[in-house]
Amino acid sequence: MLRIILSRLLQTLVVVFLLVTFTFFAIRMMPGNPFADVKALTEENKAAMERLYGLDKPLHIQYANYWKNVLLEGDFGDSFSMKGRKVSTLISESFPISLKLGLLSLFLAMSLGIPLGIIAALFHNKWQDYTAMIIAMAGICIVTFVLGPIFQLSFAKPLSWLNVAGWSRPSDVILPAITLCFGVAAYLARLTRGGMLDILSQDYIRSAKAKGVSQLNIITKHALRPALVPAVTFLGPAFAAIITGSFVVESIFLIPGMGQYFVLGIQNQDYTLVLGLVLFYGILMGIANLMSDLALIFMDPKLRNS
Amino acid sequence: MIRIIPLLATTALAFVSCERRSDIEIANEENILIIGNSNEPKGLDPHLVSGVLESNIIRALFEGLVVDHPSKDSHSVDGVAFKDQIKHSDDFTEWTFHLNPEAKWSDGVAVTAHDFVFSYKRLLSPDPNWPAKYAEMLYFLKNGEAYHRSKLGHILCGNDPDFPLVWETLREANFEGDSKIKPKKFKGKIFSELNEQDLEKFSPYLTGKDTPDFDELNSTGSDFESLSTANKKVLFNSIGIDKLNRKQLLLLKDNLSLIKWSDNITTEVKQLVITRILSHHDAGKPKLWDKAEVGVSAINDSTLKLKLRGPTPYLLEVAKHYTWYPVPKHIILKHGEINTAYSSPWTKPKNIVSNGPFKLKSWRTNHLLEVERNPHYWDAEEVKLDGIRYLPIRNYYTETRMFGDEQLHLTYTVPSELIPMAKEKYAAELRQESYIGTRFLRVNTLNSPFDNPKVRRAFALAIDQKSICEEILQGGQAPASGIVPPFGDYKPPGLIKFDPEKAKALLQESGYESTSSFPDIDLLTTNSDSGLREAEALQAMWQKHLGIKVRIQQREWSTYLQNQYDFNYDIVVAGWIGDYLDPTTFLELWVTDGGNNNTAWSSKTFEDLLRKAEKSSDITTRMTILSEAEETIMNDIPVLPIYWYTTNYLIRPEVKNWNPLLLNNHPFKFIEIDKN
Amino acid sequence: MSTSVKALPAGLKDVEKGSSLWADAYVRLKKNKLAMLGGIIVISILITCFVIAPILSWIGFDGNEQDLANKFAGPSTKNLLGTDQLGRDLLMRVLQGGQISLLVAIMATMLTVTIGVIYGGIAGYVGGRIGNAMMRIVDGLLAMPFLIIVILFREVISGQVDEIARFLIDDWGWNDNDVLRFANLIPLTFAIAGFGWLSMGRIVRSSAASLAQQEFVEAARSLGLSHRRILFRHILPNMLGPIIIYATLTIPSFILYEATLSYIGLGIEPPNSSWGKLIQEGANYLETNITVLAVPAVLFSLTLFAFNFLGDGLRDALDPKASKD
Repeated sequence: MLRIILSRLLQTLVVVFLLVTFTFFAIRMMPGNPFADVKALTEENKAAMERLYGLDKPLHIQYANYWKNVLLEGDFGDSFSMKGRKVSTLISESFPISLKLGLLSLFLAMSLGIPLGIIAALFHNKWQDYTAMIIAMAGICIVTFVLGPIFQLSFAKPLSWLNVAGWSRPSDVILPAITLCFGVAAYLARLTRGGMLDILSQDYIRSAKAKGVSQLNIITKHALRPALVPAVTFLGPAFAAIITGSFVVESIFLIPGMGQYFVLGIQNQDYTLVLGLVLFYGILMGIANLMSDLALIFMDPKLRNS
Repeated sequence: MIRIIPLLATTALAFVSCERRSDIEIANEENILIIGNSNEPKGLDPHLVSGVLESNIIRALFEGLVVDHPSKDSHSVDGVAFKDQIKHSDDFTEWTFHLNPEAKWSDGVAVTAHDFVFSYKRLLSPDPNWPAKYAEMLYFLKNGEAYHRSKLGHILCGNDPDFPLVWETLREANFEGDSKIKPKKFKGKIFSELNEQDLEKFSPYLTGKDTPDFDELNSTGSDFESLSTANKKVLFNSIGIDKLNRKQLLLLKDNLSLIKWSDNITTEVKQLVITRILSHHDAGKPKLWDKAEVGVSAINDSTLKLKLRGPTPYLLEVAKHYTWYPVPKHIILKHGEINTAYSSPWTKPKNIVSNGPFKLKSWRTNHLLEVERNPHYWDAEEVKLDGIRYLPIRNYYTETRMFGDEQLHLTYTVPSELIPMAKEKYAAELRQESYIGTRFLRVNTLNSPFDNPKVRRAFALAIDQKSICEEILQGGQAPASGIVPPFGDYKPPGLIKFDPEKAKALLQESGYESTSSFPDIDLLTTNSDSGLREAEALQAMWQKHLGIKVRIQQREWSTYLQNQYDFNYDIVVAGWIGDYLDPTTFLELWVTDGGNNNTAWSSKTFEDLLRKAEKSSDITTRMTILSEAEETIMNDIPVLPIYWYTTNYLIRPEVKNWNPLLLNNHPFKFIEIDKN
Repeated sequence: MSTSVKALPAGLKDVEKGSSLWADAYVRLKKNKLAMLGGIIVISILITCFVIAPILSWIGFDGNEQDLANKFAGPSTKNLLGTDQLGRDLLMRVLQGGQISLLVAIMATMLTVTIGVIYGGIAGYVGGRIGNAMMRIVDGLLAMPFLIIVILFREVISGQVDEIARFLIDDWGWNDNDVLRFANLIPLTFAIAGFGWLSMGRIVRSSAASLAQQEFVEAARSLGLSHRRILFRHILPNMLGPIIIYATLTIPSFILYEATLSYIGLGIEPPNSSWGKLIQEGANYLETNITVLAVPAVLFSLTLFAFNFLGDGLRDALDPKASKD
């Protein structure tokens, strides 16, 4: 068990290393200039800025310096676009917010998607199946940048305790979490349905049925766990994606989360910020994948023994 | 799963114990103003920021010599200086300010005239590491420009009684260098094969038989002694006397004709100039603040004296801009050097000290910036609000919805899509006011087809400005007949008006046979929605009235800017908001190589007119000259005006004293929340 | 479909089962009413966008002609669904937007399938350390910020594409409107595919890996067939099922990708539009003129529903393990 975890962590580190390396060079190929501002910089100013951030050195030295700072001093550098703020501060301020939003919406997605998937599978090709799937699918077919404003207008305005946007009240997490959850819920429903159909056709379920075990018993005791395997596999990457890919929702609901930095950092050519995010995201994704794998081992006795 | 439980608990709690009062009700009780401020501020150092949204915060935190009147444009009230005690010479070149001894920084230390001197010295700092973007605002001070741009010749000789007569003529000498003839630009070209335009650039510096060799120039590097005379001339003149190094100066001393001087200067004077600069080099290039005699001085702690480059009757208008605010000398020096630009350590929330009606309370990135009452403010009793919350709302649709849900007192703007709704639903809250700003198109005058003024004019006249204002923007914007919006005493020449027939005729005259032989043109714009609609409308208008198909290029902000600086564009949608109430805030943009010019357009006639206006102390004459200057631009038309801005915003009825102001710089000390 | 089955060499034991698999699948698909409905909708939307729209435009309807004074007009004979915020014909804009959204998604899916099958097939067939390493690279790229790739592709490819387009217009006399409109899609397509093939690669690898262990592959190996032949003639045809399913499901997700890119301002070049762009602009009129949002949104959602249900139905039908009830 420990060996699996260690080797997976090691693999994650290799992946992250490749990822950062690739991003490091790719972002420098982008057009534009990280220091472009409303007024043209003089050559001297530009050179001074580059000196300040170490961009005047040859590329391979810059690259070596980046790793040196990260590994030896734990320093991700200072953001280019948000002057005077450290990348590590920006991430540590925004991550808990994204985490709170992400966990809630993941929970909502699970409580919506999994039951719908089970219902759909149990009533395969009947109207219940169709209804459940249409509900589940609605989430991905209506894009978030339409869903968000609709929620704002139809719930937040009439309800006095719910704000349209912002991040000051505890209730502010509700609407964005609901908006975000649909996309994941749809996939979960689909995967649960597939998994369930698969299990229900297995011989041991058929024989249980033949022996007269009740439907409810079959599902809860025998079918549910293995049927959820595909859904759980998906949860890891979905979790990472929901935390970082929430730019649209953050913009609509004015949430100071992490997702916006992925877009703003790249648009502003904020090298250090983007690299810091990629590094963080890579590790997060590795851990999320590992967690979902561990959950699988826990769920599937066959895997646990091997 | 386990981690989710506390989260659920808090959420459930939120449902039960939720606050049923709106944000505004709570804020009204706390006497705090909540405003939408469009984006995360780039910083709080008044010397380093350049945006409108930052100025909204800085105006609450800091205070200049005088303060905007809460309801009248071009009027001022007491600031750090007593308004009534301001004295100026008859020609408006020397001004004396008496500072309020009660004026204090938020840590209780007194604000003195020395803070102002320090502040202006800091903004004008010539250090290339100093990234101030708005130092030109202090060029009004005598020698401010010379100091900021390190004009050695000017500083070492210009202020000197030894040079009383010759300096005026000496100014024509090539002190600054001519970037147009940099050898690098002609890499790989042969001098004898240059076109007329390029040859023109060299003509002031070369005589008859001189033929420089660019290959040699580019390959020799620092070894300039072996160059031919012609090559040396090109090299030296591209650098300029001010920036020559020691070795080059010594060579110049022996061979004065290597650089361009004016004709009637004696050899003796030339030698003297070179000697002075050499001795400056020998002294290890000491900082020149004292020698430069920049026109700001502290007579004592409470008296500030300003000497200006020319008559400036409107100085108080200029001095209300945040670049003229004092910064706390004692705090800046505690956390760094005078111009430690990097991250301005003194502006960190735990360090910052300010002299305005408010001080910084908290600043969470991309979340909220809050200011609170400054108890040490000299007029603290008159400050009505207990605090202001600035929300960085980038999404203006969300902002308008938040206003509707009682979350904001004041919005930054109303997106044009929502204006029809706002007119109906928020008839009492919607404000549409004049704003001193112009939307325009810059064109790249270096490349075909826009190197041809007729093409530029054709494109300008084919813009149906009225339709853009009324059908797309709907915010009361007015078609722009020129680059300077109308206000006060200024009479715009009014040369541009939608005229498709004339546009077509001009295009035919321009020499482009048919529209199909016309070069490809890209219209550069940012990736915002409002910019896109405008660009699409322009595209359709040019297609309809000129038959020319333009491609729209949407780029991220940093690329959008950099493409302009690199002249990697044909035509670009842009805008400018005035910094102070005078036409020069729009006209100074278009001087040669100005940081905001970006069109490569330059005109000596135009700049001469600007300099002439600088010297005129009569307001009417001055405005006439400026109007003439605008006419020069509009005749040659490197910028195509589209419309004059207005402000469109929503404001709650309980906010008092927020009156229409052309610059939209509302002094926060007078703003009040009327709870009844 | 039958051709791919015939491609299996005679004498291998899967042939018989294979032919019944496809027939069986169709029977099962027909049982799933939602999937059948999805299929019909997909076909009718494709016909509307690629057959009816060109006819309308030939008659004289134009989605790019502006009439600012006539903005937000109601339906009329001139504008069947009314006009948008710049007075353009809404119906034509939505149909032309659909062309672009669908073209980008379909072309990107084709690219995705090609790259994904080759890469994933090799990784799965070779297996072992090399296969594993190839998959780790995929994992890494999956965490790569998508936007960098999109911006880089736009800058790198669009120059090349423009040159080709110019050549076609100037030297071959092609219609410049059509060529430029199409040329515009290429960088976007490549960018989406450049990211999208990663998931395809993973899926292909896992099925290729399990197929590589099967007896018929071992038989082919013992016959001394070349690796290339085994991979492309034996393994690939057997993976067709999952590939078709995945491709059907990829199309709607790419339409969504394109929409999200439009939201950030990285979508298609104006005045051309896509569903994503139309919806994003339409959302700004949510409070004022809901039609400009509703028309593209309904068509977009319908298409997404249809593709997803068709894809799910195909999976149910084609997956040999799925329930037979």
